[in-house]
Amino acid sequence: MARKTIKVDYLARVEGEGALTVTIRDGQVKEAQLRIFEPPRFFEAFLRGRAFSEAPDITARICGICPVAYQMSAVHAMEDALGVTVDGPLRELRRLIYCGEWIESHTLHIYLLHAPDFLGYEGAIDLARDHPDIVERGLKLKKAGNALMTLTGGREVHPINVKVGGFYKAPRRRDLAAMADDIKRARDMALATVRWTATLDFPDRQRDYELVSLSHADEYPMNEGRIVSNRGLDIAANQYDAHFEEIHVAHSNALQARIRERGAYLVGPLARFALNFDKLTPLAREAAHAAGIAPVCRNPYQSIVVRAVEVLYACDEALRIIESYREPDRPSVPVAVRAGVGYAATEAPRGLLYHRYRIDDEGTILEAQIVPPTSQNQASVEEDLKVLINGWLDLPDEELRHRCEQTVRNYDPCISCATHFLDLRIDRG
Amino acid sequence: MTKSKIAREFPPPRPGGERALALSPGFVSRAQPPGPALVIGIGHPDRGDDAVGRIVAGRLNERPPVGFRVVETDGEAAKLIDLFGGADDVIIVDAGRSGAAAGTIHRLDAAFPLPRPMFAMSSHALGLVESVELARTLGQLPERCIVFAVEAARFDLGAGLSPAVAEAVDDVVARVLEEIGAEVT
Repeated sequence: MARKTIKVDYLARVEGEGALTVTIRDGQVKEAQLRIFEPPRFFEAFLRGRAFSEAPDITARICGICPVAYQMSAVHAMEDALGVTVDGPLRELRRLIYCGEWIESHTLHIYLLHAPDFLGYEGAIDLARDHPDIVERGLKLKKAGNALMTLTGGREVHPINVKVGGFYKAPRRRDLAAMADDIKRARDMALATVRWTATLDFPDRQRDYELVSLSHADEYPMNEGRIVSNRGLDIAANQYDAHFEEIHVAHSNALQARIRERGAYLVGPLARFALNFDKLTPLAREAAHAAGIAPVCRNPYQSIVVRAVEVLYACDEALRIIESYREPDRPSVPVAVRAGVGYAATEAPRGLLYHRYRIDDEGTILEAQIVPPTSQNQASVEEDLKVLINGWLDLPDEELRHRCEQTVRNYDPCISCATHFLDLRIDRG
Repeated sequence: MTKSKIAREFPPPRPGGERALALSPGFVSRAQPPGPALVIGIGHPDRGDDAVGRIVAGRLNERPPVGFRVVETDGEAAKLIDLFGGADDVIIVDAGRSGAAAGTIHRLDAAFPLPRPMFAMSSHALGLVESVELARTLGQLPERCIVFAVEAARFDLGAGLSPAVAEAVDDVVARVLEEIGAEVT
């Protein structure tokens, strides 16, 4: 039987890191297999034998796009093991640096990676040729996120200022206050981004996902909260392994996470938005409403609008923190080393990021477990491809390939954690 | 053109030729300093030869070249374009792959399109080539932008530099200094 294969036209820098194969038989998608590469597995091994205090800096290097998420899950898990609580201005600063990462990461994805899919462009360069003003707005908005990360994190790539117990150095109030006008401008741009993404032409596709995210009584979740779902899950982070499992699938050397006895689930903006809509700021809620996004949005292609709403929220939240900030008495709380196991889940831009560490009485890491959002979403990506692209199978291969890529991009798979080099094959038999 | 031929060739002369001549290696004069100038080392510190750009930047920062700021980055497009925005003279050092022998140093002038297959690309991220083209489209490409691509052998996590690339680091540092006609502090 003749096999027709379509490949994305690039030379993989690292062969075999990421591949998607879609198999079509009798007019239906028979199988969609996504193979992703997972640096966290390497880092789990690398962390063993290192000091607990090194975890934030080491895990920050897993991903250039979401280093803060890895740092935050690492410090919270270590503080859980050590019985340390970080609150007050230090807790606020952690939210502020996370706001910076959400703004930066979401904006990169919205403008440079995902929007071209909806507008019929091959990529950001073509979009910039026809709409330089739009791309420039995206770059300026992203830069505001970078600035927040740099001010709080010390460095925008792999921030170095975060430590177990707080920060090495807390920013001065006047330095944060000096950013307020920039963040207000960023908020205007974020609102414009919501309005712009709402005008895109979304495929009319929906799926009934189990949505999983953190939930907190008082705030839209970033660093803390219980892990909840729209199907009744409600657990603390230390129960994650009892309710979720990571399994090997034959076509991938990465692990796929599933809810035990239920299967695939969805983490990320759609899940956070649906499960925490009432915790958004009024401005973000109104913008979502005006954009025509229901509080529970099941169309994964509209995730681009939800990301924009979260950018708007992050700007609002950053301004609140900047305006109410009081310099802490000390940049970190004291940490006494003891043996223990610590668990934490925080909300990376792409979704729930779970860490677990076991340390000995000298603070040496004995075990590390890292479950990134992209491996949690991997099964949902495959199910989306099996279900959502069926109406497009009559399209020419090139257009079908584009639809598959757009569908994978709904998830904003982390460029370091997952499909760094996606090799796409469509097999029509 | 074969990949190995791309590897050996310098870019063709620019129309008019004067600036290209003036900026040939060793011809940058401190008496006529360029505008804000930048050396950018791109890569991931834990991924084998991908670290070479950042190692070279680190070496250059030990004795910073006069008039140049040396920075390290992961190569993400928006960050690169932001860096470009403040400079009119940029030297980039990155790992690349063209089929030449590991450690081969390629000099590429971004006044001309960069060879697309040489640098990391994906459907989920923008690599160096896309960053340069995006900057060009937005009118934000520095007036001079030279790329030194070091032929890589491996990108495995935790592998460190391959012997051939490690051996090339001194030469890359020298080539960058020669390119910018630097006086060293």
